[in-house]
Amino acid sequence: MSDPILSLLDLKLGFKTYEGLVEVLHGISLRIGRGEKVALVGESGSGKSVTARIILGLLQELKSARISGAIHFDGADLEKLSRRERQALRGTRMSMIFQDPTSSLNPVFPIHVQFHEVLRRMDRNLTQRQGMQRAISLLTDVSIPEPERVLQAYAFQLSGGMNQRVMIAMALANEPSLLIADEPGTALDVTVQAQTLHLMRDLVVRKGTSVLFISHNLGVVREFADRVYVIYKGRIVEHGPTDALFGQPRHPYTKALMAAVPRITGGGIPDIPENSEAFLDPMIDHEVEVPA
Amino acid sequence: MIEKTAEPVPVLEARNISKTFKAATHEVRALDGVSLSVARGECLAIVGESGSGKTTLANMLLGIYPPSAGEMFLDGQMLPTRRSLPLRRAIQLVQQNPLSSLNPRRTIGASLRLALDVHDIGARQERKTRVAALLDEVGLPAEFASRYPSALSGGQRQRVAIARALACEPEILVLDEPTSALDVLVQARVLRLLDELRHRKALTYVFITHDLAVVRNIADRVAVFERGIMVEMADTETIFTNPGNAYTRSLIGAIPIITDEEEALRKTVLENKSAH
Amino acid sequence: MRRTLSILLSNPLSVIGLLLVGTVVFSAIFADFIAPFPSHRGAVVDFSNFNQPPHWPNIFGTDLVGRDLFSRILYAYRISLMLGVVVLAIAVPIGVTVGLAAGYLGGWVDFVLMRLTDVFLSIPPLVLAMSVMGVLEPTLTNGMLAVTTMWWPWYARLAYNVTRSESQEGYVLAAEIIGASRLHIMFREILPNCVPSIVTKMTLDLGFVILIASSLSFLGLGVQAPTPDLGSMVAEGGNYLPDSWWLTVFPSLAILIAVFGFNLLGDALRQVLGADQ
Repeated sequence: MSDPILSLLDLKLGFKTYEGLVEVLHGISLRIGRGEKVALVGESGSGKSVTARIILGLLQELKSARISGAIHFDGADLEKLSRRERQALRGTRMSMIFQDPTSSLNPVFPIHVQFHEVLRRMDRNLTQRQGMQRAISLLTDVSIPEPERVLQAYAFQLSGGMNQRVMIAMALANEPSLLIADEPGTALDVTVQAQTLHLMRDLVVRKGTSVLFISHNLGVVREFADRVYVIYKGRIVEHGPTDALFGQPRHPYTKALMAAVPRITGGGIPDIPENSEAFLDPMIDHEVEVPA
Repeated sequence: MIEKTAEPVPVLEARNISKTFKAATHEVRALDGVSLSVARGECLAIVGESGSGKTTLANMLLGIYPPSAGEMFLDGQMLPTRRSLPLRRAIQLVQQNPLSSLNPRRTIGASLRLALDVHDIGARQERKTRVAALLDEVGLPAEFASRYPSALSGGQRQRVAIARALACEPEILVLDEPTSALDVLVQARVLRLLDELRHRKALTYVFITHDLAVVRNIADRVAVFERGIMVEMADTETIFTNPGNAYTRSLIGAIPIITDEEEALRKTVLENKSAH
Repeated sequence: MRRTLSILLSNPLSVIGLLLVGTVVFSAIFADFIAPFPSHRGAVVDFSNFNQPPHWPNIFGTDLVGRDLFSRILYAYRISLMLGVVVLAIAVPIGVTVGLAAGYLGGWVDFVLMRLTDVFLSIPPLVLAMSVMGVLEPTLTNGMLAVTTMWWPWYARLAYNVTRSESQEGYVLAAEIIGASRLHIMFREILPNCVPSIVTKMTLDLGFVILIASSLSFLGLGVQAPTPDLGSMVAEGGNYLPDSWWLTVFPSLAILIAVFGFNLLGDALRQVLGADQ
């Protein structure tokens, strides 16, 4: 893994408030190899979503945010880019999928207009016709039957699952090197969520897209990711390959998290003690062999 | 598990209830001819996705609106459209979102006292101690009574919401996705509290959820709903080992799981469909 | 509370608003002590010193019968503020009750109450007040009555909108399930959640009530002589422009300061209390 698509080194984030500086991230280091699917898993308030927003360059503009550390995307230092250059990255080489597909789409334009907008970011001279053709083939990729009909529709006329597929197709339209998926499909029904997730996984594997998958749902992470970072209170507490981490969690926080998930094999509801100091133990890295 | 001894009168029963909502141009059948009964001390899970009618069913059990057809019985007594205070008191609700279910501008104590005042529970002077006892019951310190919801975490708020439902000393709790807005660790703690309370206070639960993994660990019986119809009703064990309905199987197939044993179970369930 | 104050003080505009309102309220309350000529609030005549430009001790000049303009403006503030407070004290409870009832109970109550409100809202405020004043005698009490009739519907609208959205909240459902009475739900559960919007609007409105009352007296329909009133002062002084400019300029400035101050403060409160949902 010599040349990662994305690497974060000691990323820190604080917000200036009336009560002084509040630290949200206390030094996050993370890397995503080319074609790798990496998950960042944590509870609400752990800092997983702000991490995504920093990578997308959405927090840099915020006056109250204090960011330090290094972010390298495809070899380039993101912090050195101007606002305009960051904007040019989003939706082209780096794209995103958010929690609620229906509210992520613009309700006043039909789908094809939004598709055209996205495709034109890579190809200024794209004609209406070419755009339509590209969009149809992209929607076919996400198993949408009758893509022509969907393109003419508005987001509110489509089901949540259909909108999610449209979002996936749009996010992958410009063949990005990195896809950031923040709790994708959490707002959808479980069966629909499962379907779209499988679809997304197959698609990114086929296209070789790298993914940063952000979620609170351990089960979803297990089915999607190659590697997992567990984040707690702005710190990475454990990371490693998915199988190793789920097979043998070693950090007290990860252990508690795994124990807390109800199992379909039964066994009752576990007794989860109050959050302990041990949750802040040093990070455990499964890729660094512990001396026996 | 409930023991079947000489068919006891169910504490809550719905006979062939339906609900139709009138939209501008057409009618929407939200629930279609559902019959079910809940035994005393039982936890019945109502499982379904959006549009399944599970929330409609809950709202009718709570008396928020009456069914378009069919009847409901509490302790063998028919529930009228306009319920008296004692009837309302018997069936209480814990909502999904504790952020919205507690009044942001009233203290926790005031929210808990409301039920005591409305139903005239306990002597006036001792209501303050009762509020403290209720907080204790859900594992919160008594000084929370003077706080506002904004000072509490999500899990603490949900505990308060549970305490408020308990304040009415109900027979039945309708739990409407009580933990789906909570974080994983908090969810486990709240679920455990609910489970303990049911046994300690001999409560009856109607547990509405889309999360079958939770159901497996808390419910005695499961009713699966799809588009307003109850497609399957069986005890929890059967649902997870030998579901009789394709939709139930697809629900089980969609549960995100984290262990190999679960994966094995899910596989057998999905392969078993040929048996039916 | 301390947080509220620290946010208020961190914004220069809110500080200005606070200072202006403070000045107005202070001068209204302590007019007796600040005014160099307290007796000039009434029917006093001093022809030896009439229609004089600003000079010591009449720093704002004197009016056509020789009364100290500065003293009269202080007393006018007192009456304007009193008018504003009384109008709001009547209009707000009426409007809020109407809005709460219509918003929470819905159905025909909503229909009747809100159509009535719409009728009042559709008439231009000044026209409504003028017609009330035209029918009744132009006294201070009737002035208040006139302004009140045009003011409550705004609060009905505001309370109605907040109530409609609050009724969707889980805590209202929770209270209903427990079996709480409608009165309890309206006044003890929903009303506290309307308070931020109402307080904000009241602050803004104190300025506007003063403006409307001044407009009425400017038209000769408000407070009658010899009681000092900013609106009538401007109206009178207008006849002697531009020579006796102080007769108009100082009372106008006084109105401006009051309205501007209450507006700034109201805007600041809106942000602090998060009333704009």
